[in-house]
Amino acid sequence: MNAAPPSAEDVELRLLVEAIYHVYHYDFRHYARASLRRRMSAAMAHFGCRSLSELQGRLLREADVFTELLEYLTVQVSDLFRDPGYFRALREKVVPLLRTYPSLKIWIAGCSTGEEAYSMAILLREEGLLERSLIYATDINPNALRRAEAGVYDAAKVPDFTANHRRSGGHSSLSDYYSAAYDRVIFDKRLRRHIVFSDHSLATDSVFAEVQLVSCRNVLIYFDRELQSRALDLFYEALCRKGFLGIGLRESLRFSSHADAFAEFAREDRIYRKVDG
Amino acid sequence: MAAPMPGRPVAAVAIGASTGGVEALLQLLPALGGESAVSVFAVLHLPRERSSLLAEIFAPRCRLPVRDVQDKDPVLPGSIYFAPPDYHLLVDDGPQLALSMDPPVEHSRPSVSVLFESAAAVYGPRLLGVLLTGAGSDGASGLQAVQRAGGVTVVQQPADARMPQMPEAALACMTPDHVLTLEEIMSLFQALPCEACA
Ligand SMILES: C[S@@+](CC[C@H](N)C(=O)[O-])C[C@H]1O[C@@H](n2cnc3c(N)ncnc32)[C@H](O)[C@@H]1O
Repeated sequence: MNAAPPSAEDVELRLLVEAIYHVYHYDFRHYARASLRRRMSAAMAHFGCRSLSELQGRLLREADVFTELLEYLTVQVSDLFRDPGYFRALREKVVPLLRTYPSLKIWIAGCSTGEEAYSMAILLREEGLLERSLIYATDINPNALRRAEAGVYDAAKVPDFTANHRRSGGHSSLSDYYSAAYDRVIFDKRLRRHIVFSDHSLATDSVFAEVQLVSCRNVLIYFDRELQSRALDLFYEALCRKGFLGIGLRESLRFSSHADAFAEFAREDRIYRKVDG
Repeated sequence: MAAPMPGRPVAAVAIGASTGGVEALLQLLPALGGESAVSVFAVLHLPRERSSLLAEIFAPRCRLPVRDVQDKDPVLPGSIYFAPPDYHLLVDDGPQLALSMDPPVEHSRPSVSVLFESAAAVYGPRLLGVLLTGAGSDGASGLQAVQRAGGVTVVQQPADARMPQMPEAALACMTPDHVLTLEEIMSLFQALPCEACA
């Protein structure tokens, strides 16, 4: 499939992400093409542009356009206790080993609007570990981080959240952790106190702390192999000796440059353990 | 009747269906010969629990292997891939598989249109897009993208479909190369000229 010359759209896409990098310092150059193409065409429709070149022209001259475009390039979707089996495995297999540390640091990379961070905090609270834990939750989307900080979610999602929480082995009532107001729920400040939300890019920033567990779920699917490898380098460097790495259920390290750096710990649930290098 | 031919060899087949789709695919996919080298991608709208059973249902009945889907796995010839529950399935350059957790499109995740559009960008004229039975309108815009990229397009005859809405939605906005009954699509699959076998 290598004979075909790149299409006009592919060339435009390459130039556009290059322009974004130069002007706004957000690096989408190594994002997986298929999803990027889709998101860009949604953005083109939104801005009423007929080509990516036209979009690029506006982007270079109007900073507001980039702020809006960022919402298309980093679409925000998440759930509390998404994939309950993953959280059950953390609870049953990883937590017993985390108990041995006097203080715990956990990094949620690509935390979106915060659901994964609150899930982790609730799990740690239930396991009696929250008081000695600090959760770093990072993302590149400033709006998502603001919403994560607020910890306010649509009440309509609560039944699903509750079912997921129960299937994850949760042994308290989810309603202990939020208060309801109209069509919203707001998560408890006592969870919030143990979470630091901050702006951090896996594409351009470096390691900021040593942690015992990294949870980076459904973020690597948006990266190409090269950027995945950069992110995995960061995780390797951030993790303490024998630290844990959890990724999304459809992601794998099988063919990655890091297949040897992490050993399978809970295979089905995509939890790995750092191998001494 | 004589099998209607796509006209030229294809490298890949992308199929979308909703209500009635499992039954339809149980007729179609076993029709593909074991020596066929096409890669087959399928999006079926199903509740989460059922969609994780797809491989179990289809593997014993198909002559082509039904493969597990992991993000970035290389696409193999002569293989069948089902979109996993709660993710969009896309084809990326390589070709390789790509998954996304982007919000539902046309109320669906996985979405037929997302698969069709991505496969059209990668395979162009070497793609056969097939839209089958289903409620809703997912797949119509994707099939247009397949056509724009020069691919061959097939829509199941609405009267032949368990649910006619999806085929009708496509027919309302485009003229596909073929409008066929399931029976006819089966013969098309049996005689499918593929690049590597040509
Ligand atoms: C699909 S969400 C995953 C949310 C959550 N981890 C989950 O699984 O439910 C992907 C997130 O990755 C973030 N992201 C994209 N590129 C990133 C980067 N370079 N560094 C950090 N986060 C990034 C997006 O902003 C988005 O919030």
